[in-house]
Amino acid sequence: MSLSPISKRRWQSFKANRRGWWSLWIFSFIFILSMFAEFIANDKPLVVSYKEQLYYPVFNDYPETTFGGDFETATAYRDPFVAELIEAEGWMFWAPVRYSHDTVNYNLKVPAPAPPSSDNYLGTDDQGRDVLSRVIYGFRVSVLFGLTLTFFSTIIGVAVGAVQGYLGGWVDLIGQRFMEVWSGLPMLYLLIIMASIVEPNFWWLLGLMLLFSWMSLVGVVRAEVLRARNLDYVKAAKALGVNRWLILIRHVLPNAMVATLTFLPFILNSSITTLTSLDFLGFGLPPGSASLGELLAQGKQNMQAPWLGISAFLVLAIMLSLLIFIGEAVRDAFDPRKAHL
Amino acid sequence: MSAEPLLVVDDLSVSFQMQSLQKTVVHNVSFELHAGETLALVGESGSGKSVTALSILQLLNPTQVSYPTGSICFKGEELIGADRFTLKRVRGDRIGMIFQEPMTSLNPLHTVEKQINEVLLLHKGLDKSAARTRTLELLNLVGLDQVSERLQAYPHQLSGGQRQRVMIAMALANEPDILIADEPTTALDVTVQAQILTLLAELQERLGLAVLLITHDLTVVRNVASRVCVMRDGVIHETGSTVSVFDSPQHAYTRELLEAEPEGAAPIVESHGKVIIEAEDLRVWFPIKRGLFRRTVGHVKAVDGVSLKLEVGETLGVVGESGSGKTTLAQALLRLIPSTGRIVFDGQEISGASGKDLKALRQNMQVVFQDPYGSLSPRMSVGPIILEGLHAHGLSEGAEADEARAIKVLEQVGLEADALNRYPHEFSGGQRQRIAIARAMILQPKLLMLDEPTSALDRAVQVQMIELLRTLQVQHGLSYLFISHDLKVVRAMANRIIVMKGGQCVEMADATAIFEDPQHPYTRELISAAYTAKV
Repeated sequence: MSLSPISKRRWQSFKANRRGWWSLWIFSFIFILSMFAEFIANDKPLVVSYKEQLYYPVFNDYPETTFGGDFETATAYRDPFVAELIEAEGWMFWAPVRYSHDTVNYNLKVPAPAPPSSDNYLGTDDQGRDVLSRVIYGFRVSVLFGLTLTFFSTIIGVAVGAVQGYLGGWVDLIGQRFMEVWSGLPMLYLLIIMASIVEPNFWWLLGLMLLFSWMSLVGVVRAEVLRARNLDYVKAAKALGVNRWLILIRHVLPNAMVATLTFLPFILNSSITTLTSLDFLGFGLPPGSASLGELLAQGKQNMQAPWLGISAFLVLAIMLSLLIFIGEAVRDAFDPRKAHL
Repeated sequence: MSAEPLLVVDDLSVSFQMQSLQKTVVHNVSFELHAGETLALVGESGSGKSVTALSILQLLNPTQVSYPTGSICFKGEELIGADRFTLKRVRGDRIGMIFQEPMTSLNPLHTVEKQINEVLLLHKGLDKSAARTRTLELLNLVGLDQVSERLQAYPHQLSGGQRQRVMIAMALANEPDILIADEPTTALDVTVQAQILTLLAELQERLGLAVLLITHDLTVVRNVASRVCVMRDGVIHETGSTVSVFDSPQHAYTRELLEAEPEGAAPIVESHGKVIIEAEDLRVWFPIKRGLFRRTVGHVKAVDGVSLKLEVGETLGVVGESGSGKTTLAQALLRLIPSTGRIVFDGQEISGASGKDLKALRQNMQVVFQDPYGSLSPRMSVGPIILEGLHAHGLSEGAEADEARAIKVLEQVGLEADALNRYPHEFSGGQRQRIAIARAMILQPKLLMLDEPTSALDRAVQVQMIELLRTLQVQHGLSYLFISHDLKVVRAMANRIIVMKGGQCVEMADATAIFEDPQHPYTRELISAAYTAKV
């Protein structure tokens, strides 16, 4: 892929910001790792060998009868009885953490929430679920939610901003006034009201938040397009007879991309924060799902169990800080005042 | 000339620190400035003259700039590395400075009175009423009219020339010994330029100022300066009295500069009556809207009833000062902005054309803009830039054939084929302008609108550009509409000339007639300002 010299220089400038560059690597590493959460924290073994035959419980459900058990239901591998049956005729290979985000540890020696132990590295929450596992899954949900929301709000925001700026006139006027009214709606209340009507899930929340988050980019994109519309090379393209939508895409939008890219990490950040705060308030993802906000709420309710609050806080703080560092590096790389140096 | 020079710049070098590499832009420059004289630093853009001037007042960002060698002595006091108290004493008090762009060097939120008072209160410790009296006196000195009303005016309410007068008043407020003028007239129209230069000369005589004039304009230098330093690439090539430098230049570069005057005239075209474009009573009025319901309360008449006629193969020069509607006229003819009136292009009425007709028209009517830095997309390499027009009109004949055409057109404008894969920023201003011309030429237009195509270029490059345009015109039988505020360039290009003022055409005649026997007083004023700039 060949980059234009501007992009090359920006990439160099981004790399020159060591903090942002390392943050990007660390964040990407953690994020990709969390994509394979099922292989890191799972209440099913990764591979089971039983009577010379290999089974992959991560991918398939096997009834207990497969392994000589009594029930037709999915195998509960953590059940000591089942484990014994399998171990007698073969072996099991487990993930490093033997709990999924919703696995309840019934063998706790103390009442839940249990403190960190060799069994639960970060302790358990007040329902006996492993905190480490919940944190891993919670991180994944948060980032995925943030990325999806950022992706859709960017597409809508850029499109609306570009059309408003490029067409101007009544389209622009009506669009701007609509946004002023729309942004006056209290988003959090609306989400809370909706939460009492429908059972919120990932996509419901995404849709509801998208109703408002698309506006964050419209302003900058519109301003950039308004400016770029009068650039000489845009006029030149017009005089060449290039189709006006082609001009918008080829000549005008690349200018707006700078502003968009600069904002992306910050939008991602605020999306994650919004989801976390909804979960904290109890209006977010359905009960039982892994969520950092819910863990924070538990930490608040169980002040005697500091491992809850501290774990959630650390994960959130590290994740958001990394994103901010990346965002700062991107912003510096795109800063036109540095471009001439 | 007094024995002791006021300002001694000795062996000065200036370096900019950019991330890891260091770039020296001024090399071992030395000059002296005596009381009562005008020293001109002349050079093309990028020659380091402004950097030298800014170093004198230590106005460059100290985190980026270093001075590897040299000293700057003002009345025996070293300014390089001087503490801020010394600098504060010198800046604005002993050495005043005026900049090129009077709009951006005045604070847009302060009234004229406040701007000038600030200098007085800061350095002189005058009280409010004394400062006001002094401000009035200064504004009278710099020849601003309706002084007492102007005191409360904001910069945007003043014209360019008036703003520059305010700047000069500010610089003179504390009766400095030295006035540094960094391209003081470049942003102004020619007639205003002459007034400002006259003013500077008068003030210098009256107050015994030493003036360090930084400019690229040799006409200005010849009329104003007593001594000249010719700079190029950060080095002073020649220093001497104005008369000797102009009459017997020693250095090859000085000779090159002096000879770089647009010469010759447009190729003579036999009158054959074939008209390429004709406009009748063309108007571009921008409505002024006020109030809650945006009622139209009046119009800005950018182009007001202009009629013109351009014959095939001919060049029509459009002359006028900034704001006279030249560019608007061209854009209206190109149908880039709406207008009223009749436009006939190549025998076809185009004032109402739209969609397909307009697109077909675009192929035959092309434009080259003033700013070669802004008119090429920085994100595209030269190949796609040149070929964009072909693709837009469906004239593409496959990648290879297109590339061959692009190379051919690049060669026509005097560029190498390897330019295709390079990006605009790798080219100089003159080369970029050639690329812009190539982009227009590949469509083989009949009419080329040239909107100040040479204004952003140095004189020597301007001359080459004019040569190129004349050659292309003869080769392809092109017609040009050539817009410029620079009469020397227009004289070298145009067969016929329209003089515009305030959106109206005040005179239209053959080029020779305009220059030899101007009818309208405004034309006469323009010509005398451009050719003499007498002081």
